[in-house]
Amino acid sequence: MKRLLPHPGLSAMLLIVWLLMANDVTIGGALLGGVFALVLPKFTQPFWPDRPRMRFGRAFLGYLAIVVLDIVVANFQVARLILFRRNRDLRARWLVIPIRLTTPEAITMLAGTISLTPGTISSDVSADGRFLLVHALDVGDEAAEIARIKTRYEARLQRIFA
Amino acid sequence: MSVLADIAIVALLLLGGGFALIGSWGLVRLPSTMERLHGPTKATTLGLGGLLLASVVYFQLRLGIWTAHELLISLFLFITAPISANMIAKVHLHRTRAGAATERDSIAGAPPRPGGEGDEGADWATFAAPQPGTPASTASD
Repeated sequence: MKRLLPHPGLSAMLLIVWLLMANDVTIGGALLGGVFALVLPKFTQPFWPDRPRMRFGRAFLGYLAIVVLDIVVANFQVARLILFRRNRDLRARWLVIPIRLTTPEAITMLAGTISLTPGTISSDVSADGRFLLVHALDVGDEAAEIARIKTRYEARLQRIFA
Repeated sequence: MSVLADIAIVALLLLGGGFALIGSWGLVRLPSTMERLHGPTKATTLGLGGLLLASVVYFQLRLGIWTAHELLISLFLFITAPISANMIAKVHLHRTRAGAATERDSIAGAPPRPGGEGDEGADWATFAAPQPGTPASTASD
């Protein structure tokens, strides 16, 4: 089983994306998607040296819901800043976030979430993988913003990648 | 029913178009590269989201076809938008370090060092290989 499906999550995603792309569930489409789902993970195996265990249960769905909600809120906040805040009143800051996540996949997800949510863009990760550099468009209290990112996103990701 | 559907479609189109416009306006008026990145990564996500939702509603209620392509477009957007923003930010960091940036620096100034001031260990935007045994390392051990 492990040799046939080295990366079950990737295989499932490829099959689903293929069926969505065809916009129709047919036997032929499912067969072709199934072939891709079997062959592609095997050929790209060297790119995934070690795969962290991920839980796709309640924690993952809850995380997705929070992120989608925050994206909507973020859009209104950033739109307000763009429209009504004068440039010299913007409190743009660099935030250095110490991270406790240990796998590249988890850190990538955290960085992507930060980029998509309220007024923050992740810019770089330090060479030892312990700090994330984040640019924030408008922050009053830096420590509170760092704490918010850590409790809201990182703590949930730690549970998903446990 | 068809009037209601039309109203929903128009509202979604206006919402999407409005946010896309605001995002582009942010790109023009914010003071420097790092601030400008915020416009297109945030405001445009909801802009595109509104337009895609309008497309789903239109095909579903007016033509009676169920489409899933919009889901895929938003999936690919969510994967690619943070990565391109990250790449632009990294290029900006490298250019300011090398003194090659002619545009104004971020109004936030220079980024603080990873381990706090006085830490000589690591810095942002270096070409150094990731240290072995850390999450950033891809070498198998």
